[in-house]
This record gives sequence, C-alpha cells and structure tokens, in this order.
Amino acid sequence: MIQVNKLIKRFGLKTILRGLNFNVQPGEFVALLGPNGSGKTTFLRILASLSRPSLGEVKVAGYKLPNESAQVRARLGVVSHLPLLYPDLTAEENLQFYARMYGITNYESRITQVLQMVGLEHRRKDIVSAFSRGMQQRLAIARAVLHNPEVMLFDEPYTGLDQDASEMLDGVLKSVAAEGRTVVMTSHDLVRAENLATRFDVLSRGVIVASAASKDLRKTNLLSFYKKALQVEA
Amino acid sequence: MKKQSPPHPPLTINNSLSSNHPSFLKAVFAILQKDISAEFRSRELLSAMLVFSLLVILIFNFALELDVKVRQSITAGVLWTTFAFAGTLGLNRSMAVEKDRGCLDGLLLAPVDRSVIFFGKMLSNLTFMLIVTIIILPVYSVLYNVNLFRLDLLGVILLGSIGYSAVGTLIAAMTVQTRTRDVLLPVLLFPIVISLLIAALKVSNGLLNGAEFSEISAPLNLLIAYDVIFISIAFMVFDYVVEE
Repeated sequence: MIQVNKLIKRFGLKTILRGLNFNVQPGEFVALLGPNGSGKTTFLRILASLSRPSLGEVKVAGYKLPNESAQVRARLGVVSHLPLLYPDLTAEENLQFYARMYGITNYESRITQVLQMVGLEHRRKDIVSAFSRGMQQRLAIARAVLHNPEVMLFDEPYTGLDQDASEMLDGVLKSVAAEGRTVVMTSHDLVRAENLATRFDVLSRGVIVASAASKDLRKTNLLSFYKKALQVEA
Repeated sequence: MKKQSPPHPPLTINNSLSSNHPSFLKAVFAILQKDISAEFRSRELLSAMLVFSLLVILIFNFALELDVKVRQSITAGVLWTTFAFAGTLGLNRSMAVEKDRGCLDGLLLAPVDRSVIFFGKMLSNLTFMLIVTIIILPVYSVLYNVNLFRLDLLGVILLGSIGYSAVGTLIAAMTVQTRTRDVLLPVLLFPIVISLLIAALKVSNGLLNGAEFSEISAPLNLLIAYDVIFISIAFMVFDYVVEE
C-alpha cells in the first residue's frame, strides 16, 4: 500500500531524510517511533503530499508522488496534532465543507455516521471553538475518515490530550484500524503504540534503523527494542 | 452537570459512499462559502477592514480641508489608498486564519488542483473588499460631497479589486509561511501592485473629471491586462508556493 525507496528530503543545506526505505502492506498498522528531529513529521508530510521529496520514489495506494498527488490525497486521511478544523464553524459545517472538498455526494448521512463514531453526534450544531482539545481531536478523526480513505496517517495524535481523551482516542483508533485501513502513526507514547500497532519502525537521523512486528515482540519488550535500536544507531 | 457522550456505535465502511474528485467550481465555491460563513460568525476581518477604511477617510477629510473642486480631484487617490491599505489587512488575516489553525494543510489535503485554493481564497478576499467598498462609498460621498455611484466607476473599482486580490492572495500565501508575515506582505505586495494602483487611479480620476474615453483607454487596458496576467501567473505557480 505504501512503497518508499531511497527517499531523501533536504531543506536548504540540511538533509532530514537520508535514503529512507519503507514499505507497508494493506491493513497493517505501523507505529513510526523515533526521537524528536528524527524526521517523522517530515516523512508523514511527504506521504500526505504536503511536502515534495528531494529525491527517491514514493508510492501510496499505487500512485506516485508528487506526480499523482490528487489521486493519493483522495485515498488518504490525515490526523495531526493540529485538528485542521475551523473554530468559527460548527462541527457539522466543518464536515460539510470537507465533504464538498472531497466531492462526496449525499454527505449528510455520512456526516451523521462519522459523528456517531467519535461520539459527537449530540454536539454537531456546536461551534468548534467551544470544544475541548480531546473533542477537537475526535472531530479531526471524523474529518479524516469522512471520505472513507484506504490509508490513514496519524502524526502524534495524542499530543495535548488528557488521560480520558487519550483513552477515547484509543477506542476510535482501534475502530479505524479494525476496518482494515492501512495506518501509519508517529508517536512518542510507546505504551499506546504497543497496544495499537501491528509493526514498529524506529526512525533515527532520517533512516529506519529497526523494524519489528508486534507478534515478534514480547508484551513488555517495545521499550528495550526502541532503546536498543537507537543505541546501535548512535 | 457534565454532559455524557452517547455510547459509540462501531463505524462500518460505507461502501456505497460516493466520493470523487469534486468539480473545480464546486470546490472553489465551497471555500468561498466557508470563508463567508466563518467571517459572518467571527466578524474579525470585515470589522477591522471597515473601521480602518472609515478612519482613513475621516482623517483625510479633516486633514485636507479643501473646497469642493479640489476634493473631487483627490477623490480617486484617497479612495485607492484606502482600498489598498484596508485590503492588506484583509489579505493578512484571511491567510493567517488558515495557517495558524493548521487549516491550510486541511485544504492542501483535499484531492483538488491546488489552484482551487487560490481561486477560492481570492474570491473570498475580493468579496470582503467589495463589501467594504459598498459601505465606504456612501460615507465618502457624504463627507466629500462627491457622487461616486456611477456604473463606470464601480466597474473600475471591480477591475482594480480583482487584480489586487489576485496578487495579494498569491503573496499572502507566500508570506504566511514566514514569522514576519505582517511586515513582509505589504513590503512585497506594494511594489508589485503599484502599476495596478496607478492605472486604477488614472482611470478613476479620468472618469470623475469627465475625461474622454480615449484619454483613459490606455490605463484601462493596462488594468485589464494586469488582471489577466496575474491571475494566470497565480494559477500556474500557486502549487509551488504552498507546497514545501
């Protein structure tokens, strides 16, 4: 579903991604781990076609980036630590706007469905600026799944969420993954990543330095796997 | 009392969901409608532009205590100065709202040609400029005792506003990525729109002073050419401006 070969990304003289290789099979849930500045967000922005690769090949859902970016975006849902929502519009108006931007016809029933999924159906007429951070993040997920994407990218979705909101987000992420979507999530929260992902990749200094499937790791072993991967790289 | 969320029903993939690439015009008008709805709820942008415009007109009115004849001769200058500065306020705010809340990424993630975003934002900026114009013109007419409700003059204001919002939207999309966007926008914008403003000013002045069409045809043609050229340039380069 996602194929990345020898991806290089430079910002001026600074090289962020240094020949990164990354492949994800359909239905996999990959947790992309790594320290701050390792290039996780840059990598996800390239997959989302928000940033152009400097060199290398990137394919998402069979379409090449950046040449076929519109086709990729039609199959992609993105959730970042910012909700990408308009605070002066209601939850419903936000979703209606995005539904129109994605060319969804007869979107009212779909909006109701995704609002029910994230538990915000009763707040659909409320202005987003009145929502808590956790509610905004749930609405952001509703926005991201609105067009029924095959691939979902989550960039630090737990940032700024309290314990209750994080637990609720866990449930929503599980239901998103249970539908068979391909998911790539960056996170610093190893415990949550361990509970959700089927594969863990560690990104350091712009390359993947380690990769393991969840079935190959013992339940308490992700932290040592992560630390070991970074030590080997250092 | 804390409002309880209802239990979450599981989400099922809606295979009948019809999602295609939206048509160019539908997406452009979705952005326009969204901006107008958000603005009429927050009134951040329009109120700032309006108050600023009214203040500029009042300051000019009291600063230049002129007789009726001289007032007529400076009308075009005062009007276009007001539109240009008020327009800059609107352009800055309109893009900053998208950038600060991450919504620009939301727009860029839509499966549409990126020029849709340019045209949507340009139309929004144009709409807000025209709303301010509609309110400013009668106030100006009363204060300066000059009749500005002439179809030909309104046409020139429309042409000038189209060019201004086209270049302004493109430059605002560039400067919004920087930390010094508030300063950078006018610094980059005014040298580019100076020829548009001079042309609009000459045509407006000519119309208000009863000039022959042959006298204003050259700046009028420049105004039209400016609009066509800059809309075309923006259409071609907007993708590169907004993508990292």
